[in-house]
Amino acid sequence: MEKEIAGKMISVNDEGYLTDFSQWTKEVGEAIAAENNITMTPRHWEVIAYLQNEHKNNVALSIRKIGKSNVLDIKEFYQLFPQGPLKTSTKIAGIPKPASCI
Amino acid sequence: MNEYHGEIRKMMIILSKATLENVYAAFVLANGARMEGIEAEIFFTFFGLEAIHKQKLEHLHIATVGNPAMHMPTMLGGLPGMESLATMMMKKEMEKIDMPDVHEFLDIMVASGVKLWACKLAMDMFHYKKEDMYDDIGGIITVGDFYKQGSGIGTHMLFI
Repeated sequence: MEKEIAGKMISVNDEGYLTDFSQWTKEVGEAIAAENNITMTPRHWEVIAYLQNEHKNNVALSIRKIGKSNVLDIKEFYQLFPQGPLKTSTKIAGIPKPASCI
Repeated sequence: MNEYHGEIRKMMIILSKATLENVYAAFVLANGARMEGIEAEIFFTFFGLEAIHKQKLEHLHIATVGNPAMHMPTMLGGLPGMESLATMMMKKEMEKIDMPDVHEFLDIMVASGVKLWACKLAMDMFHYKKEDMYDDIGGIITVGDFYKQGSGIGTHMLFI
């Protein structure tokens, strides 16, 4: 389905995750973040860039991997994205929701 | 004002056993709750205390006796070394699916904001002291304290 995000029509699935990463822009990410009550800071964007890169390299994301990433630790991840960090950050990043339980 | 629509807001998990399969069930449920933005707390009581006991938490076993899912005769499951063997095999499988060991899992949960509580009554019964336990537990509390922790709309309690 299509949803208007940051003034553009964007393809998303029924949970609001982008289905076509080529439609992602920083403005789209910013608008999704705002919907989730998150104000993006430079640190947030660093994490988003890391997640997008991992996704590009086909790495399956999990909380445990975040902890071992050397980019940020789990505690900071929860501080940046308090309401379900993996779920929220991947939505902002325009990549699929990880199917991980850990 | 947000209206309550029956969603789960807090999981209060009581872990009373120290067999690896039960410990992991509690940990995965608690950590999984935090990943969904749900609060989570674990109350370690009776044998469950071994999962936060520094000397014991690295040596937990799965149960080979009285566990029909092992698909082995009970007599065989009771042979010396059988539990260690089954545990070793299970740990190998868990590493493959990126499952942390017990100590790392505790670290992950604490970093994720899961609160860990030791049951006062069971601590007294086993003669455990605070310094015997994993450093980052929230404290040693009574059942009443734990219930108080769980107050509020949308709290669910789970006994393992």
